[in-house]
Formats: sequence, C-alpha cells, structure tokens
Amino acid sequence: MKELRDLARQLLTDGTVDVVVGWEDSPRGARPIFAATPDDADKLIFDTRCLHNLATYLNPRRKQVTDLGKLALVVKGCDAKAVAGLLREAQLDRDRVVLIGVRCGGVCEDSMASEPVELTPETIAPRCFGCDNREPHLVDHLVGDPLPEPPAPLLTLDERVAALDALTPEERWEYWTAQFDKCVRCYACRQVCPMCVCERCVADKSRPQWIETASHPRGNFSWNVTRALHLAGRCVGCGECERFCPAGIPLATLNRKLQLVVEERYAYRVADDPEVTAPIGDFRLDDQQEFIK
Amino acid sequence: MSGTSETRAGATAGGDFEPRITAFACNWCTYTGADLAGTSRLHMASNVRIIRLPCTGRIDPLFVIKAFERGADGVIVSGCHPADCHYTAGNYHARRRFAVFHDLMGFVGVDPGRITFSWVSASEGAKWRNVVDEAVSKVRELGPFTAYRGLIDHNVSADHFEGLLTAVRADPAGSEAGQTEAAQVGAAVVTDDGDPS
Repeated sequence: MKELRDLARQLLTDGTVDVVVGWEDSPRGARPIFAATPDDADKLIFDTRCLHNLATYLNPRRKQVTDLGKLALVVKGCDAKAVAGLLREAQLDRDRVVLIGVRCGGVCEDSMASEPVELTPETIAPRCFGCDNREPHLVDHLVGDPLPEPPAPLLTLDERVAALDALTPEERWEYWTAQFDKCVRCYACRQVCPMCVCERCVADKSRPQWIETASHPRGNFSWNVTRALHLAGRCVGCGECERFCPAGIPLATLNRKLQLVVEERYAYRVADDPEVTAPIGDFRLDDQQEFIK
Repeated sequence: MSGTSETRAGATAGGDFEPRITAFACNWCTYTGADLAGTSRLHMASNVRIIRLPCTGRIDPLFVIKAFERGADGVIVSGCHPADCHYTAGNYHARRRFAVFHDLMGFVGVDPGRITFSWVSASEGAKWRNVVDEAVSKVRELGPFTAYRGLIDHNVSADHFEGLLTAVRADPAGSEAGQTEAAQVGAAVVTDDGDPS
C-alpha cells in the first residue's frame, strides 16, 4: 500500500500526471477516487474489495475524465486487458495514461464491505478463478507483493456455462428469456463496460430502430443478444456488467460462453497485449465453417 | 400484410403450416444463383423471401433477429464461397461473425435448424434449390416460431389500446356499436401477433 501511495505522490508532485485514479476507503467500502493532489495519494488503497474496473474511465466518450488532463490509472490484470483492448481499437493514446499495475490475488464480490474481505470459496468473485493475468504486463509501474492464488469459487463461470450447455435448446430458451424478461433497459451494463465505446450505440438509434427500446421481452432479447455479440472476442471478463445489473441478469455467463467460443474456434484469449489482433475483424482462410452448407 | 396475417392465423389454427423464411443473399453469388434457379425453371419451395445485399459482410446478425421479430419462422444467410468474394474478404469476415452468432443463438436456445448458412455461387442454381428445400422442410418440422412471437405477448395490451384508439377515432361519438367494433379491432390486433400494421 505504501509503495502505491509513494508512487502516486511522486507522480502527482513532479507533475507527470494530473490525476491518479485508484481506489479509496469510504464509509461504504472501497470506491474509485480521483486523486488530484499529493495529499490525496495517501487515500489510495488496494485490497480484495477493489473490484471495480477503472479502465472504464479511459473510454474516450467520457469527456469529463479526458478533460482532467493526464491520468495515472491503477490497474489489476483484468483492468489492464481492457486498457489493451482500447489501445488495440485505437480508442486510447498510450501517452495519455500512466499505468500503475498492482499484483492481484483475486477480489471479492462485495466492494461495500467495511474492511478487506478474506477470500474463500463463498466470497471470491467467480471470474478470478483461473486468472491468467494476476500480474499485469501492460504497465509502467508494478507494485505490491506477489499474492497467493485465489481459492476456487463455489460455482465457476465455466460450470455455469456447462450447466446451460447440458440443457435442451427449449430449456435454454426458457432460462434466457426469463432472465432477459427482468431487464429494465437501464443500459448500466453498457455504461460500465470498459469496452462499450461506440460514439452512438445501436440501441440508441431510432431511424431505423434496430433494437426496440421498450423493456418488453422481445426488445430485451434483441438488446441482450446484441450486447453480448458486440463484445465477442473483446470482453475482458471483468464482470462489471453483471455486478452493475440491477435486475440480476447473469451477463457474465453469456460473456464467458462467447470467450469460450472464440477460444475454441480461433484459439484466442484476451490478453493485455495491444499488439495481438482481436478475432472478430480478422480472419484466416481456413477458419472453421462446419455450420455452413 | 393482410394476406400474410391470414397465412399466420391459418398456421396457428392448426391448419397446414407454411413456413415464412427470410433469406439474406449476397448480390454477386447467391442472388444470381437464385436467379439462375428461377430461369432454369427449377421447382422449389416458394416460402422464401429474398433480401438482396451487396455482400455477406453487409449482413449484421441484427438483421436475423429483426427477421424473427417481424414473424419469420426461419432465416437463410447465403453468399459467395470463400475466395470468391467480390470485395475480396467480406465473406471471410462474415464467416467469423456468423460462427460466433451461430454459437450464441444455440446458447440462448434458438434451434439451429431455424438459421441456415450457406455458400451458393452464381452457377449453383441447383444448390440454391436444395438449400431452400432443406431449410423449408426443417422449419416445417420445427413448426411456427411461436416461442419468439410469444416474447411480445407482454405488449399485447399496448396494441390492444392502439386498436381501441383507432376505433374510437373512426367513431368519435362512442356509440354502442362503436365500442363493440373497438373490442373486435383489439382482438384482431392480438391475433396478428402484435405486429402493428
């Protein structure tokens, strides 16, 4: 923690950056902080409650953040993947941000706990299981001590996907339409997603209206399927959409399924390396086409 | 539109089900192939309505979803064979996109038989006929896509009120006869799967 604070203080003091974006402790648990003065640097923390993906603040459509000047961003491994995604898609100028990587041992699911949560199968966020990036690569500074591997959650995302794959199409239809039925179309999933960077979302287009805006099951189906599809091969699996969903739709299951699809079909895993080409928008002459007549 | 409504009403009433299939075809290969099938006088199922697009790369998966929303029982997506794309690589891009879409639709429970992907070149009129006939017979087996149309049931009340409103406008006096008519209009709209046409 001291290492992180000292580094942030130094970056703010010597004027390398205007703001350090990280996490702070508050009466309602860990929350994002925009530290603009060297003294603010002492508020920075990193523990198992720091589950927010702060890379979403780098989204170029967040003008209120770009206006702040040069940023330093504290990133976990999964957050670094999102930064790499923005760089890959030319949505971010690498010189605009200083990345402070933190070694991560997994996070819990409750950012609002009053003190750091011990990671157990009950508390661990499912996405942290099997994480391949606990030490981010795409960083300018790396802080923190190596932490032990997190425990397995009670139900992993892959188990959630496998359980659905084992059902009949009718049962899956019933499951997903019931889930999508809960959607209130608040678009929190889109707003929080670090990869949802379109200047104008297809869901907001009214002429022609591709996605019905009323929160009835048909429009909800269209929206949720489209959201998942637009993130295929891009989703970093930070799980913020599911955490933010006020209706409790298991969006991470949908995203994980598509991660598995691109992994199986195109041997692609999202990494924090902006030089690796994303699978959609790219092709190989010998791509699988077993589903095409 | 009224003709298609009757077809659908007939289908749901348990009569002979005639699938309605939307085909998204690339202009350069499949559309020309379908044209060849026509000029060659090949007999094939007449359930397919073709929408011509410049390239399979132009076909957004949302088109498929929209087709289902508008009452299609099945969809065909077809274009040039790999290496034949008029724009060099459009079909390669489409292949990846539709591979992911295919798997996603399977995961959310849409029967894979409802969406057919194919490569049909300009000289493959006979192949187009086979693709169409197979798609139609598969969808015929699966029956009308009532599951998707059922998604809109929650919106029936809105259509119902729209129907009432139309009737009230037609008869502003609100006579007894007018109210009966309004009820009928509402009912008619409901059987029309909520398609506000």
